[in-house]
Parts: sequence; structure tokens; C-alpha cells
Amino acid sequence: MTINLDSKVPAGPIEGKWDKHKFEMKVINPSNKRKYTVIVVGTGLAGGSAAASLAELGYNVLSFCIQDSPRRAHSIAAQGGINGAKNYPNDGDSVKRLFYDTIKGGDYRSREANVYRLAQVSNNIIDQMVSQGVPFAREYGGYLDNRSFGGSQVSRTFYARGQTGQQLLLGAYSGMMKMVSKGKITMFNRREMMDLVIVNGKARGIIVKNLITGELERYAADAVILATGGYGNVFFLSTNAKHSNASASWRCYKKGAAFANPCFTQIHPTCIPVHGDYQSKLTLMSESLRNDGRVWVSKKKNDNRKPEEIPEEERDYYLERIYPSFGNLAPRDVSSRQAKFRCDDGHGVGPTKQAVYLDFRDAIQRDGREVIAGKYGNLFEMYERIVGDNPYKTPMMIYPAVHYTMGGLWVDYNLQSTIPGLHVLGEANFSDHGANRLGASALMQGLADGYFVIPYTIGNYLASTPLEKVTVEDNAFKDAEQAVRLQTDKILKVKGKRTADEFHKALGHFMWDYVGMSRNEPGLKKAIDGIRKLREEFWTDINVPGDTTNMNLELHKAQRVADFLELGELMALDALERKESCGGHFREEYQTEDNEAKRDDEQYAHAAVWEFTGTNSSPIRHKEELVYENLKLATRSYK
Amino acid sequence: MSSNNDMTLNLKIWRQPNGAAEGKLVDYRAEHVSPDMSFLEMIDVLNDQLVKKGEDPIAFDHDCREGICGMCSMMINGKAHGGYKNTTTCQVHMRLYKDGDTIIIEPFRAKAFPLVKDLVVDRKGIDKVMMAGGFITANTGNAQDGNAILIPKPVADEAMDAAACIGCGACVASCPNGSGMLFMGAKISQLALLPQGQPESPRRSLNMVHTHDVNGFGNCTNHAECEATCPKGISIEHIARMNREYLKAAFTYYEKSRSEGGA
Repeated sequence: MTINLDSKVPAGPIEGKWDKHKFEMKVINPSNKRKYTVIVVGTGLAGGSAAASLAELGYNVLSFCIQDSPRRAHSIAAQGGINGAKNYPNDGDSVKRLFYDTIKGGDYRSREANVYRLAQVSNNIIDQMVSQGVPFAREYGGYLDNRSFGGSQVSRTFYARGQTGQQLLLGAYSGMMKMVSKGKITMFNRREMMDLVIVNGKARGIIVKNLITGELERYAADAVILATGGYGNVFFLSTNAKHSNASASWRCYKKGAAFANPCFTQIHPTCIPVHGDYQSKLTLMSESLRNDGRVWVSKKKNDNRKPEEIPEEERDYYLERIYPSFGNLAPRDVSSRQAKFRCDDGHGVGPTKQAVYLDFRDAIQRDGREVIAGKYGNLFEMYERIVGDNPYKTPMMIYPAVHYTMGGLWVDYNLQSTIPGLHVLGEANFSDHGANRLGASALMQGLADGYFVIPYTIGNYLASTPLEKVTVEDNAFKDAEQAVRLQTDKILKVKGKRTADEFHKALGHFMWDYVGMSRNEPGLKKAIDGIRKLREEFWTDINVPGDTTNMNLELHKAQRVADFLELGELMALDALERKESCGGHFREEYQTEDNEAKRDDEQYAHAAVWEFTGTNSSPIRHKEELVYENLKLATRSYK
Repeated sequence: MSSNNDMTLNLKIWRQPNGAAEGKLVDYRAEHVSPDMSFLEMIDVLNDQLVKKGEDPIAFDHDCREGICGMCSMMINGKAHGGYKNTTTCQVHMRLYKDGDTIIIEPFRAKAFPLVKDLVVDRKGIDKVMMAGGFITANTGNAQDGNAILIPKPVADEAMDAAACIGCGACVASCPNGSGMLFMGAKISQLALLPQGQPESPRRSLNMVHTHDVNGFGNCTNHAECEATCPKGISIEHIARMNREYLKAAFTYYEKSRSEGGA
């Protein structure tokens, strides 16, 4: 199969592209929309908002979620906020500035037109969410409040305490529930997508596993929307939820959807450090804490003193020192890397020495405990529950952790993958954040895709595509189901000695050590060999008890790990082939004298787009050249 | 990392293959439990041992493991989420227990939450109540500017207190009547406090309360167990506000059905 990487970006000035495109796209009249069925997989911000919006337009929506309710998707865990270019604080924000910050934040590896559109619709999102009853923080006068986030010098982040993701997700969920009650959304809970069904070259359905009964089920539709999130859990330890996985995306990749920039992973600087082998996940402490918290380590190496015993002049507030204009609000990739450098250099703090301090002492002295508690009280409580320390009295200890994946399935301007009819939204696609995502932009992108992009572009697809009638009895459905059944039986038959988690943790070590915050050629090669070997071992030594006739949790896990073991290799390969540093992708061979990422715009101003060619053959690396017509490629500096 | 602080615990865990089968408490011994482990990590370790022996691991619901998704449940020693202030099961850490403790772990039990397997229950009833009106009908489109609706800070804050509900069902599981009035009241109250929620408020409270009742949730008789166990600290004041909204609506609201045809 040859893949078509036409981005379909409309011609004309960037300010007018989206309006022009909206007018030029075909529309379906209201009474005809009800003749179409659309599958939406995933119920996070992107999937939930898409399902509700499409149902409101009149489409019949089949919605699938892995949890027991669509209200639980991991968008719910986003703490800090959502960006919007409202310029309410009068500090010089604009659509253009949000566009610029996002492109620069992504280290010039995203597609201009998509990002501009994202900035344009950001304001509609805020209005939409307010109208749905999201209780955003307000000033005494009743106006919406804003705060600052990393990588930006204006205050454009809207928030609902430390639970912005929760409030936005519950807003999208409530919209879904409204449409479920009207019969326009049919909800399928506790289902996991196992494969995509393609009929005559077009995505026409999915095979899912019922996680309670273990049965496989088939669903047909006129188009499929994938909003299944990112693949950060390939590292085993990440801030993602336990059920977040890459299988839906990965199986679409194996069916012909190209995968872009798999090595672009975001390591978030402020997470609670790892404390033991039994650890099941990592917990994020919101970036908003860096508004008031100061990051520091001791100037002395291997300093075993308690933080309060280290005098002011012996503390290195390294972010403020290195990046005087952004200070503690330097972007995520930069802040994470600097924390790693400090720890590698022997300045790490705490029992494991793999941590730095995030200190609120000065903010509490300046504003009083009550003000700080008002802003971050719930985060401080969460920290104390997990670590057992009180951050009002002693600095938090933090360390970077895997948080988000900028890479994902390749999509064009219409959010369609290389498989016609398969649309990919939110974190699952690759388009908007380049090599690094700015804080408070994930919520924005998920909702932009679901509320304000896909409702238009899917209409255009349906109206301009001949769609023959299909049913779940067609051979394509039977074959896809049979393939899933065979893979399941194969895993169950191994009856080896190691559990799915053991394989997953072993994979995670390769990923973190060699495909994590800092990468180099020998390490990446070692990772590729190691992962291949681990994958072979998986298929001879995995131990899954039970069968497929009930809720077999170990089987679910093992199937996800089998896919992670393939994806991990592609991530390492992508990192190996991108011989430059950009954003979260830091290749040690390519850095400036002061250890900043050194891009190579001549060779690598493109998205690397991978095409699957078979389980035992190498994937093909294609390129989508990134053309910068509106912004000049510049060295990213936060100094 | 094993250390001298490690504990050995006696667990009694509810095992039941499915809703139709009989269930019972089964004894397990959890060894080398670190005080820094979370409660669910302790069960992960136990499950790993069961899998290695070829036994069926203990089924339990969980996802975000940071106390916000509402997926984890469990009665720990008879209390929903263990009964610690503002804490979900996933945020309970083993430093709260002592070496040699016996811990009884059971599923949430309520008429509205049928058992699925072991510690997993079916909480679809919560979604059904939300479907009956837990929303503002504001279709996606050109909503007015967010600052065109002024909401005083104390009102926004109180709406946020109510909106913090994670829909876990601890209120239902801890109520002697199996009532869902706290989670339902929180939603009705949030939307009644906000100006955007006013137009639908009467209809919302009537429909939601009716749906709540027909789905097996019991009535509120002011035990306040729900407030005591709510991991988000939601106050029963929101039940009071719901009652006011409901009463007002019951006396004043009526919807005349009419044909919507036009020229």
C-alpha cells in the first residue's frame, strides 16, 4: 500500500484558512444526517466532545469506553488548566501569540495551519464550557480568572481549582449523557477496541472485547473516530491511568494508518519521585505549582542535609539562574532536562537522590498560608497522602515522569488518518504539539478537535464519499474477529512463567533508560535489540491464567503489553533516525555548548511518518515536510 | 525495596466469580508490605503472586490511581474507601496500617450496584441519573462570551465544591438506605447555583429524583454517612438545596405539551 501524506491544508493566508475551508466543505442536510452512523472510540475530552457534538447534529453515534462509565477517562486527571487566547487580563495575548507560543513550544515541529486553527477555536471552547456549567475560577467581580503556565509570558490559563480536567470532562460527559437520553448516542461501557475493520479501503467498523464477558463483538458504521489517548504507558511508570494503552492506535497502524513522530514523548518536570519496585504509577503535581514554587538543589554535591539546614546562599535556584526571563516557568522539556542534569551531577535530593526541591517557603511568607492553600490546597493534600510530608513546612520533592505523547497517528488538516474514514482526535493524533506540548494545551486540543473541528470535517467526508452498505456479517468483520481470536488463543496457550506486569516493567526499563529524557545512538540500538529479545521471550514465557469466558484481567493486560512491545521498538527506531535534538527529543550527540537542544532544520524540519510493512519487516520512514510560511524558524530560547 | 519497616497483613477478601454465583471471604496473607505502598499496590503484589500460582487474580476497579476518576471502590474494614478523610481507595497508603493487622475488603454493596465480580460492581445507575438531567442543554456552537455571564466568586466556589463529585458511589455504599442523594444533590445543586443552570432547574430536579428512585437508590433519612465517607468532602447541604429545588418544582413547574409546528 502506498500512503498519501497530503496534509490538505487549504491555500490562502493563515488567518482565513479555516473559515474558507468551512465554507468549501460539503454539508449534509439535517434530515440526512440521521442516516449516518459514526463510531467514536474513547470518551475523554476529544471523544466525549465529539460524540456529544455529532449526536446533537443528528448523527447516530456509537460510543465505546474502557471504563465503567464515560466520566472516568484520563482527561479527568488534568489539574492545571486550559489555555484560551481571550486576553482578559489585558496582557497582550492574541490568537497569533497563542499560535506563536505553541509552535515555538513545540520546537518548530508541528503543522502551522493546524496550530493556528487550534488557537482560533480556543476562545470558543472557553465559552462553550462556561455555557455548560463548568465552574471556572472567578474573581470577586464575577469575571473569569486566569493564571500562568510554562512557556508563555501571558496569563491565559483558565482553571477550576486543581481539577480543571475533571470539570471539563464532566462537562463533555454531561453533554454525552444528554444525547444518550435522547437515543442519539448508544453507549458501550467496559469495551476495549481490538481491531479496525476496513471494507473497500475505508474504515467501516471495529471489533471490541467486552471486558466483563470476554466476548468479541462487531460494530459497523460509516466512519470511525479514534480518541483513545496517548501511549505514555509504554514506559510502565507514567502519570497515565492504568488502563490507558496504545492498542487501538497500534492496531490501526498495523491496518495501514501511518504513525507520526513516535519518539516525541513529554516528560513532565513536576511529579512525585519513584519510591519502590512495587510502584504502579506516578503522580503528577500540577505545573501551576511553578507559579509560586521555586525549584532548587544544593550547590554542594551529595549533600545529605535536610532542606531547612541548607542556607540560602548554598541553594542553586537553577531554573531562575539559567532562564532569567522564564525562571521557574520554563517549558516542560527544558525544566525536566535541567532536573536530570542536576541529579546526574550529584545534586539530587531525598533518599534516592533522584529528585529536586519545589519550595513554597517564599510564597507562603509573601502571600500567607491561606492564599497558597486556596490555590493549591488539594495538591498539597495529595502530596502529603502519598509521600507523608507536609509541603507547607518542608519543600516538595519532585522528579520528571512520562506524562504525554506528542506523537501519534498521522492526520491531515481534516483529522483523517491515512485510512479513509478513520479520524483521529486528541492525544491519539500527532498534529498540534510538535516535539513538546505546552502546559494547559492538551485540554484545549482535545476539545478543539471534538467540538469545533470534527463536526465539520466528518460531514465533508461522509458527503463526498460513496459508502456502500456494510453489515457485521461481511467477511471483513469475520476475518478481523478471527484474527483477534487467534492472537488471544496464542497468548493463552503459552502458559509460561512471567506475568504481564513483569514484561511491562522490563520494557519500561529499556524505554526510560534509553528512550527517555536523554538519548544517544548506542543506547537506542541497545534498546532496539533488548526490546526485540524481550518480545520473543514474551511469546514463549507469558503466563496468563484463565480463559476468554469471563472478566480475565490478566489477559487484558497481556494483550496491551504485546502491543507496547512492538510500539516501544518503533519509538526507539524513530529516535535513532531523528539525528537532531528538538523539544522532548534530546539526542546527546546534538546539543549546544550550554546543553540545550540543537535542531537541524535543514535535515529534519519534517514529521517522520512510519508505515507498517509486516510484523517481521522494517517499517518505512516517510516524511511530511513542515513548511513555515508565517513564523520564522528560530532557535528556541527561554533565557 | 524491602526494608525493616515492612509489614505482614492478614487480608480477608470477598471473592465471587459473578453476580449469580455465591461469594465468600477468602483469607490471604500479604507479606513484605512497605508503608509507602498504596492500598491498590498491595493488592497488585498479591495478585502477581496469585497469577504465578495459576490462580485467578482478585478483580477490582481502578484506573487513574490519583483519586480523581472515581473508578476505585471497595469497603475496607466496613468503610467505603477505608473511611479516611477526603481519600479514595487508591490514595490510601499502607503507612496507615500496622504489622499484623487484619483487613477486611469487600465490594460496595447497594441495591443499585449489582455485583460483577469479586470487588467490582456495576454503577450504571449513576449514569442513568445523570442522563435524566445532570446537564445544561447547551449544544456545541456559538455560546456567548464566558465573561458575559458574571458569577460572584463565592457562588462559583460553592458550585465548584459540589462539582468536585467523582461519581464513585461511596455515598450510596455507606448509606443504610443505599441512597444516591449526595451525588445527585451535588449535581442539582451545582447547576442550580449557576445562572446557566436556571432555565432547566425545575425540570432537572423532578426528572433526576424520579430516575434515582426507580433505579433502586433509596431515600435520604439524614444519617449523613455519605458526607462522612465522601472522598471529595461534599456536604449534605447540597442535599438540602436539592430538596428545596425539588419542592419548588413540584409545586410550580408544569410543562404543557404542545405541537411545535409552524409556518
